[in-house]
Amino acid sequence: MYPFTYSRATDVADAVRDKAGHDGSAYVGGGTNLIDLMKMNVEQPAHLVNVAKLPLAKIEDLPNGGLRLGATATNSDTAWNEQVKARYPLLNQAILAGASPQLRNAATNGGNLMQRTRCYYFYDLATPCNKREPGSGCSAIGGFNRIHAILGASEACIATHPSDMCVALAALAPTVRVSGPQGERSIAFEDFHRLPGDHPEFDNTLAEGELITSLDLPEKGFAKHFAYLKLRDRHSYAFALVSVAVGLEMDGDTITDARLALGGVAHKPWRDHSAEALLKGQHATAETFGRVAAHVVANAVGQGSNDFKIELARRAIVRALKQAAEGKQEAGDVYLGGQ
Amino acid sequence: MTQTNHIGKAPNRVDGPLKVAGTAHYSGEFNVPHLAYGYVVSSPIAKGKVVAIHADEVRALPGVLEVFSHENVPYLAWFDKSYKDQIAPGGSPFRPLHSPDITFNQQPVALVVADTFELARYAAALLRIDYEQEDHETNLETKRTEGYAPGGGKTGFQAPPPPRGNPDKALKNATHSIEAEYAHGAQHHNPMELFTTTVEWRGDGKITAYDKTQGVYNVKNYLMGVFGLGKDEVRVVNQFMGGGFGAGLRPQYSVFMAVLATLELKRSVRVTLTRQQMFSIGHRPNTLQLLKMGTNPDGTLASLQHHALHETSQFEDYTENIVNWSGMLYQCENVKLGYQLAKLDIYSPQDMRAPGAASGNVGLEVAMDEMAYAAGLDPLEFRLRNYADRDQNVDKPFSSKKLRECYKQAAAKFGWETRTQKPRSMRANGKLRGMGMGGGVWDATQTKSAAKALISADGKLTVRSATGENGTGTYTIMTQIAAETLGLPLEAVTFELGDTDQPEAPIQGGSWTAASVGTAVKNACDALGEKILKLAQKPADSPLKDAKYDEVEFVNGQLRLRLDHDQAVVLRDVLQASGETQLEADSSALPNMLKQQGYSMHSHNVAFAEVEVDEDLGTIKVTRVVSAVAAGRILNQKTARSQVLGSVVWGLGMALMEETVMDHKFGRYVNHNFAEYHIPVNADIPHIDVIFVHEDDDIVNPLGVKGIGEVGMLGVTAAIANAVFHATGKRVRDLPIMLDKLL
Amino acid sequence: MSQLLTRAPASGGLPAPVPTGPVRLHINGETQTLQLAPWTSLLDALREYAHLTGTKKGCDHGQCGACTVLVNGRRINSCLTLAVMHEDDDITTIEGLGTPDNLSPLQQAFVDHDAFQCGYCTPGQICSAQGLLNEGRAHSEAEIKELMSGNLCRCGAYVGILDAVSEVANSQGEMVK
Repeated sequence: MYPFTYSRATDVADAVRDKAGHDGSAYVGGGTNLIDLMKMNVEQPAHLVNVAKLPLAKIEDLPNGGLRLGATATNSDTAWNEQVKARYPLLNQAILAGASPQLRNAATNGGNLMQRTRCYYFYDLATPCNKREPGSGCSAIGGFNRIHAILGASEACIATHPSDMCVALAALAPTVRVSGPQGERSIAFEDFHRLPGDHPEFDNTLAEGELITSLDLPEKGFAKHFAYLKLRDRHSYAFALVSVAVGLEMDGDTITDARLALGGVAHKPWRDHSAEALLKGQHATAETFGRVAAHVVANAVGQGSNDFKIELARRAIVRALKQAAEGKQEAGDVYLGGQ
Repeated sequence: MTQTNHIGKAPNRVDGPLKVAGTAHYSGEFNVPHLAYGYVVSSPIAKGKVVAIHADEVRALPGVLEVFSHENVPYLAWFDKSYKDQIAPGGSPFRPLHSPDITFNQQPVALVVADTFELARYAAALLRIDYEQEDHETNLETKRTEGYAPGGGKTGFQAPPPPRGNPDKALKNATHSIEAEYAHGAQHHNPMELFTTTVEWRGDGKITAYDKTQGVYNVKNYLMGVFGLGKDEVRVVNQFMGGGFGAGLRPQYSVFMAVLATLELKRSVRVTLTRQQMFSIGHRPNTLQLLKMGTNPDGTLASLQHHALHETSQFEDYTENIVNWSGMLYQCENVKLGYQLAKLDIYSPQDMRAPGAASGNVGLEVAMDEMAYAAGLDPLEFRLRNYADRDQNVDKPFSSKKLRECYKQAAAKFGWETRTQKPRSMRANGKLRGMGMGGGVWDATQTKSAAKALISADGKLTVRSATGENGTGTYTIMTQIAAETLGLPLEAVTFELGDTDQPEAPIQGGSWTAASVGTAVKNACDALGEKILKLAQKPADSPLKDAKYDEVEFVNGQLRLRLDHDQAVVLRDVLQASGETQLEADSSALPNMLKQQGYSMHSHNVAFAEVEVDEDLGTIKVTRVVSAVAAGRILNQKTARSQVLGSVVWGLGMALMEETVMDHKFGRYVNHNFAEYHIPVNADIPHIDVIFVHEDDDIVNPLGVKGIGEVGMLGVTAAIANAVFHATGKRVRDLPIMLDKLL
Repeated sequence: MSQLLTRAPASGGLPAPVPTGPVRLHINGETQTLQLAPWTSLLDALREYAHLTGTKKGCDHGQCGACTVLVNGRRINSCLTLAVMHEDDDITTIEGLGTPDNLSPLQQAFVDHDAFQCGYCTPGQICSAQGLLNEGRAHSEAEIKELMSGNLCRCGAYVGILDAVSEVANSQGEMVK
């Protein structure tokens, strides 16, 4: 770990000012990803601005019927918030499927969005990595890539975004509110994370110095028909190989609105609008689900050790759609697999 | 009522309160004054040379004390033998910081020592090292035809016995036959505690090393050899080890580094490896196995052939007994066993829980399942038809073997009779259900151990032996043995271990501690007992006058005649009347070769497992395991059960998730952390039933114990793999069985 | 093939370590002032500076749970947070839950159910279990297993851990299913 100076911000303006005043500085919330990366010498900030105790921990109703998730509310508090459980059970389940209780207690909502993509080689300074050192090459391509991307990857990077929470958010489509040296702005969740392209060093579209202040969920929560399905190499405390978030609105057995997002398959939480369009107006049948699932993975590309993810994703989508249509998954205090 | 019969009961661990309160001190938890911290720098390449180490840049940082590397290590021992520890395999042991040559990835190439841990870590990150890289080979697949039979070398290794009968002809003439290859990748021990050594500088060239090790004497002897230290100059201590599983059998480079720095800086130094570096200290080797089997019309084995090939380093012939077990677990007249190594540019493998047996057992027991199916037999029935009453490898009877009883009790508890033979024939909870079984054998050994027993006038007994406690319950069982031998309550006994100031005990491993140290403890207490008897007989009116030692017994704080319990004296009265403040006795224990030479001595087990498989998604849930173990006498039902429960967890991990993946391009393990080298978590573990089938065995040792640290792991992995086949009809022969293999 | 691999020197010379300063921590009901630089994790502050070695380092990367402590009653991994970030917090370590002579109900249950072997993950397991009880979200064995899965145990004492936590949860009326 490289040395750094430290300060604790008292309010958002103070945080933004403090960060702007220090070259190579970073915000730290829960620290569960940043400090991990600093210990690996992957991240080497010269100054940390602690934002964990900013007054941004509230979860409150919005005038438009939506719900505001404060950026420094912990993942645990968010998952177990009564409003979240009642109105956005998909988010509740996705958060509880991720990491461990200890990590969820420390990790903040803003930090969850800010976590870096996960890749063995990104974490290991002994190997080249375009994300760490642009131009040095991607070791995962042609290497061991069990956990890597099948959708939206580039020749520069095939890493995946590891969040579970963000997969549900991709389906729920909140607005990300940020504050920065240039003032405040809102970013559609879908536009927050980016695909690697030629610049895998950038995971998101934040401008220098911007700080996430809240996630504003729209009113529609898909609370009756939803599913979060996570598949991994052990039954808990493991990153997703593939995860699927589904939200449906149903009229009888007809799907009137649909959201579909995947985790563990791309550099960003992977929402598929065209698949959603295919679902709308259709009957909730195995045939429909199969067709949509095939559509989602139609352009998927395997890299060798992750070839199986294409078939796994296809099957997982079918299962998650079926579960959502049946409406049997409930919000809860614990995620028990959703299978 | 006898209150001092402790053996075979289930008392709580005597060291439990210390462990749950966080006051048990592990090797990184001795806060010696003026401590400096060392951080190891590891090679990023698998093969080549260090060309330059730009150490001066970081030496200039205030607070950095020194950078040690091959460039500046002082004169150390020159000959290989000085680096050979008690269980070093054949070849030349790795010498840390000895030369610029890189022979494996993550090889330690430097140690940075600083005033604080954080500074040492930072300085290590800054240290620039130039390497010249050479081509490496880390892929066992490329060495299939380059296997060689190793010579001897390592203690405990036995080359496979020569073939018996005519295995090839018998296979050709068999009614049914199978042939299959089984594989598993490298696996790492990954004890929870990182390898750590705190070396205390005691001045005047003297040191105490608080080291994470399974053998304090092994480390002491190594340090004496390597650093030329005298017997009185180095003391090695390990009173609590945060898990070993074999990783601590040999001295690790952490202790070398810490001692080197301490001697050079004349200051206490602590070196702690990172979790990533824990993947550079030995592993269960990547292994390929070929099994051929054939049966006679009556379902007995006509031929059994088992060949194994595994990796080793360029510098040592690491060996383990993989195939030998296949020649003794089942009755078969025609057997051929083969064992080969192949050299790769990796670190030497290292014994890991049930070394060899765990690997070979998967091949044998999955093949037995395949053979049972080929012969149209229930897998349990097939094993019963091939039950071995004699060890055909050595043509001797077993000193005891209640495997049949294990089969019977475990099958009944599990409900094996509800199983339908056909694959894919059982369903539950919308999933495919499968039931499988497997069993194993491990040897019961005893090695030379010594112990000292001391009793004070107030009747408090202290027993010492330099064995180890890495979770097996050593403190507790030794306390039980000592207390029962001298008729004391557990509270009156303190067992001390893990210190080279104590009588020598063997490395803790191989499931031999209970038998070896336990016998030494019993002998030391008996030697003390004889002294007490003499004291008791001093008064002219002693009720024990003329009694021989074997005519008396220590029970409930009394010493009494076995045949007349009223003729008794109170132990404390004897001690107090003697005027002595303390009595002591030393003793050691060796196996009784004369008694044992006609027998094969082994523990056995069987495991039954049930799985549910989501056919669409390939996910596997182990829903139940029943494990039955026949391992002589069980000293402590509670701690022994925990060992078997833990073994089942290990077997499950090996079956379903554990694999260290090598990227052959870099010759480097890629998932070298706890996020991507998966070991089971609580949610993976089902209800587990443990059954101990008691065996009376006075041949193995006077205590009648065979040890259970390893045997419980056998059978489990195969049982789960066989259950997955039963559920799905898919036979996965390369472990671990991850969900993609079932899609 | 011969290739030189050299790490590029840090630009502008080596960044100098940041000096230490006083950091006030409330640990197990007592306030301690430690001299720490910002880069000291809460875990290292506890073990190497406050000499409270009951909290264990198993991976230092939030992947094992051995370092679990309670901060304001909530369980977190002390390895992935900095000591300087906790000046106003109440930190409880295993030493604050009980002593060998006066074990907490969870500690006693762990002993009774032999819910450990080597004992190295145990303080983290117990702090995690205490956090689980504080949260009050686990009402069945399956839920306890899931909510205790942030703590690895290489000895494989999971059955005992489940039994121990269930027993205490039961005695507190937590188990309803």
